[in-house]
Amino acid sequence: MCLAVPGRVVGIEERDGTPMARVDFGGVVKDVCLAYLPEIQVGEYAIVHVGFAIQRLDEESALATLRLFERIGALDEEFGDAWERAAAEVERAPEEENR
Amino acid sequence: MKYIDEFQDPALARRLLDDIARTVTRPWAMMEVCGGQTHSIIRHGIDQLLPENIELIHGPGCPVCVTPLEVIDKALEIASRPGVVFCSFGDMLRVPGSDRDLFWIKSDGGDVRVVYSPLDALRIAQQTPGRQVVFFGVGFETTAPAIAMAVHQAKRLEVRNFSLLVSHVRVPPAIEAVMRSPDCRVQAFLAAGHVCSVMGTTEYPDLADTYKVPIVVTGFEPLDILEGIRRAARQLERGEHRVENAYPRAVRPQGNPVALSVLREVFTTTDRAWRGIGIIAGSGWRLSDAYRDYDAEHRFDVTCLVTEEPAVCRSGEVLQGLIKPHECAAFGTTCTPRTPLGATMVSSEGTCAAYYLYRRLATPRMEETASVD
Ligand code: SF4
Repeated sequence: MCLAVPGRVVGIEERDGTPMARVDFGGVVKDVCLAYLPEIQVGEYAIVHVGFAIQRLDEESALATLRLFERIGALDEEFGDAWERAAAEVERAPEEENR
Repeated sequence: MKYIDEFQDPALARRLLDDIARTVTRPWAMMEVCGGQTHSIIRHGIDQLLPENIELIHGPGCPVCVTPLEVIDKALEIASRPGVVFCSFGDMLRVPGSDRDLFWIKSDGGDVRVVYSPLDALRIAQQTPGRQVVFFGVGFETTAPAIAMAVHQAKRLEVRNFSLLVSHVRVPPAIEAVMRSPDCRVQAFLAAGHVCSVMGTTEYPDLADTYKVPIVVTGFEPLDILEGIRRAARQLERGEHRVENAYPRAVRPQGNPVALSVLREVFTTTDRAWRGIGIIAGSGWRLSDAYRDYDAEHRFDVTCLVTEEPAVCRSGEVLQGLIKPHECAAFGTTCTPRTPLGATMVSSEGTCAAYYLYRRLATPRMEETASVD
């Protein structure tokens, strides 16, 4: 019950004076109340919990986090163990010779 | 969703794990507060992939687990009254009260209905004006705005046959209770991302300061959790204690202002008992005076119920991270998800259920910890 799930807004309408949306959760479409996120647009992602959109899911910061993760990989190259890397290269070399 | 899939990327996870391994030089214990995170951790085996000197302690963040027995008994009492339609989230059905559960009431002829959203319960009230419709409002700050909106709408639309049995709980006082426990081993917190989606991060700097504890707001995908751990570990190694937001795609510092204003109108904070833990000051919400008419406890006058916990159940210690589930004698024998003795086994987000479900007893890492203990 505590779990909130990301979904994509596919349609918006007003019901009983309350903004409502149709939200697509990877194929399953449900009615979601937009009272707490009235400014969200069709096509955007939201975190949805017990029938309420509680926060916009910001694609830009998602991509920024992923880029940060990629950079941790880059740091790995830069500060990683040079001996280990050299050893890996030596192991790889005979294979290449065989080809 | 394309970037959610990317947040499960094993190659990136490996790099984060390497970075964590390089960061830690000493043993550290951190607590993930939220039951959703506990399940993600156990399911993806994150606790076993981590370097030996990082221990994850599972926190009290499962609302089903911490709902006090008295409240469950009140729910059972109200649900068995004639003329009542009792609506609840599905995961409350099997939570044992003193002698029965909601499922039992239903098979005994009670009108107990499972709803997905509290607005569904409100609709039932509008459609059946001759009956009293009661919604069981449990959950943390993520769930509370939905319940608040249902009662707010009921008042606006003048639906009078609708009421709430409220047992909402708040995370920051729980963190404080964990830190104050004399047996506390927690050195950093992974804060629950979706709680902060609603509440923002402003409640946490004081806690981080007072208890000199790093608090990292963390999401639920494997990479999110690893990033939370990485940041917490970095702070611990450097002797820092700040609030960091590792889940910016769903958490703004100010939270959701519209939800917060409705929450403040409908609820006020109150002391609340946590099942297995006891009363934590200021840790709950109750309906504010303006909404008192919608309080099912007053409408049905359910006070002075006698309650009894099964003596064998150690879920209080599990909830505070003092023992792991398999250290309870009943675990997997007399207590299983089909025959739960305690709430931490009954709830799909409970720690006992997670350990049972993912067979966490049979793994080498757990045997090791068990023998050390
Ligand atoms: S295994 Fe069952 S009896 Fe033991 S602490 Fe967990 S819920 Fe309670």
